[in-house]
Amino acid sequence: MNDFLTNPDQSRTIKIDMMARVEGEGALHITVQDGQVRDVELRIFEPPRFFEAFLQGRHVTEVPDIVARICGICPVAYQMSAVHAMEQIFAVEMPQSLRDLRRLLYCGEWIESHVLHIYMLQGPDFLGFDSGLEMARSHPDLVKRGLRMKKAGNDLLTLLGGRSVHPVSVKIGGFSQVPARNALHGLRDEFLWARDAAAETLRWVSGFEFQDPEQAYTFLALRGPSEYPMNEGDVVTNRGHRIAASEFEHHFHEEQVPYSNALHCTLNGQSYLTGPLARLALNHDQLSLLAKEVLQSTGLVFPFNRASMGIVARSVEVLYAFDEALRLIDQYERPPAPDVPVTLRAGTGMAATEAPRGLLYHRYEVKADGTIRLAKIVPPTSQNQRRMEDDLRNLLPGILHLTDQETAMKCEALIRSYDPCISCATHFLTLTKENLPPAMS
Amino acid sequence: MNETTAATQHPPARPRPRVAVVKFASCDGCQLSILNMEDDLLALGEALDIAYFPEASSNMQPGPYDITFVEGSITCPEDLSRVLDLRQQTTTLITIGACATSGGIQALRNWGDVEAFKRTVYPSHEYIHSLSTSTPISEHVKVDYELWGCPIDKSQLLRVLTDLLRGITPSIPAHSVCLDCKRQGHVCVLVAKGLSCLGPVTRTGCGAICPAMGRECYGCFGPAEQDSVIPGVPPNTGSLAKQFHEHLQLIPLEMVRRFRGINGSVQPFRRESDAWDPR
Repeated sequence: MNDFLTNPDQSRTIKIDMMARVEGEGALHITVQDGQVRDVELRIFEPPRFFEAFLQGRHVTEVPDIVARICGICPVAYQMSAVHAMEQIFAVEMPQSLRDLRRLLYCGEWIESHVLHIYMLQGPDFLGFDSGLEMARSHPDLVKRGLRMKKAGNDLLTLLGGRSVHPVSVKIGGFSQVPARNALHGLRDEFLWARDAAAETLRWVSGFEFQDPEQAYTFLALRGPSEYPMNEGDVVTNRGHRIAASEFEHHFHEEQVPYSNALHCTLNGQSYLTGPLARLALNHDQLSLLAKEVLQSTGLVFPFNRASMGIVARSVEVLYAFDEALRLIDQYERPPAPDVPVTLRAGTGMAATEAPRGLLYHRYEVKADGTIRLAKIVPPTSQNQRRMEDDLRNLLPGILHLTDQETAMKCEALIRSYDPCISCATHFLTLTKENLPPAMS
Repeated sequence: MNETTAATQHPPARPRPRVAVVKFASCDGCQLSILNMEDDLLALGEALDIAYFPEASSNMQPGPYDITFVEGSITCPEDLSRVLDLRQQTTTLITIGACATSGGIQALRNWGDVEAFKRTVYPSHEYIHSLSTSTPISEHVKVDYELWGCPIDKSQLLRVLTDLLRGITPSIPAHSVCLDCKRQGHVCVLVAKGLSCLGPVTRTGCGAICPAMGRECYGCFGPAEQDSVIPGVPPNTGSLAKQFHEHLQLIPLEMVRRFRGINGSVQPFRRESDAWDPR
């Protein structure tokens, strides 16, 4: 392998044939000139699937089943953003009991997605393994703990939605069916175990070494009046923005770059960070008492300004999600009806919710007969893409002295820490690092 | 110690099969269904040599593979050549999920104008390389087994794997989900609630979850074979459509949308939706 250290004048190409442990396919192209990083291009070439285009002409009632298929890892987020946007158009008032049940469904998705990422995708990086399965050979109890926690999340999704991937019960106006109190209470013992396991998980990950450089992030997340954000709230940042979801497109712009099939979303032209780190930075005061206490006991101090610390933020959110789910289960009384009546009318609706990996925005224009005239969807990975490039730009100068393989591994680990869902936006990371000859003077 | 599960009770006499899990255009939901086999995942990791599974492992070994699971459909020129290569690398090729088996939901493009779709989604559509169709793997290479579903059912997947590990030819049930719904004792949502349920013409595998959740089946496991004793006899979509039209008063456009869904591009759903399409 050519090496920058031994052949400083030679241009070189490093290829990783496949970006591993992410959802979807992407490549990275880095150009180095005179020892300086010139271009960093994260190339997402997951084939486009055109969801926004073929939602046109479908009926609003079909939308929850269709948009779920954008992502197998976070279908609930797509369903929730969609039904909230539609319910805005149809002026649906959601009773508290059904609103709580949707929050409980969202807890299930956060648990399933975050635990997968902590134990099977990002966690192995910190312990030096290629996969969770390999990690299980030397740490069987650890991985079994993770799998059992994940199963608890999936069991909740299955109870509320019929199955954990692409659940079937979500509809405009509520649910097709709501569980009996006994059925939901049946999860309680396992969730009590899982909440303790989540606290252990948080203590475990807080002992990791976080070596990537600190970043000056613009954090962006939803914020509501009283609850840690999942389904509702205004879009806020640590730079003082407060934007209603309906105003989202006035502040955020999607740009296309020639090298990627995913659009870049920026806030007034700048990159920003959405996802667990941002949610925690902006809303940690709204965590449950237990989540706050366990976080405090780790000795970690805010702010968390490193992408790799996403695993800590995820673990806090898993603990919170189990705690919150138990609260919602304990107070659950079966609603008198699974849904409220919906009267179709023409209009435009916008909504944002917090998918496990960040803010997910939907807008629909609906005709009077309930068919979709226009749909717009801005997924979290599209929003984080520019920020990932900025992070890599800051990481690279400190690691250019390493071998090609080591450089590539560190870049990949940094991207992986975002838990990017490239399917929502491909599995090919080809890292091409060009070292151009010095510019002619 | 190993968990005692179906996959390990009878350890294979042969060397552990080399397994690959490969993705084309898809939502990753079927690969996730593998990772969601929490109770059996570690046992499977012991019983199989997982040589290539980028979603789960950075350790990616080259082929050939004994068993390859394929998720996703063919939607771009690069994937056309990739699937041909993949077929040469593998002994047993199994598609997992609606995308790989029928073209999936992204096959809705097959009725549209992809150039117009590009313009809808992307400001500079000339950068986007995409085929005008989304096609199943079987349209390009020989497929040994097909697991239907959006997503696949993990117990069905586990059954196929354990059969293969024991050297048994897997048998994947193809009868209508309607039969399983009856066996489970659910009240028929078509008859009792007047919902346009696709259960009578949809393949089994999901566990009849939609009627169990109080709603109509939307065909995510694709068309059933009417009688799995006589493989290949298609379900009577015409009769069901007539019911929808005459008794539930669905208009032709609604009939088109009903059959043109998750598995819309596969016969006989395609034929039925086209029959009602006024265009």
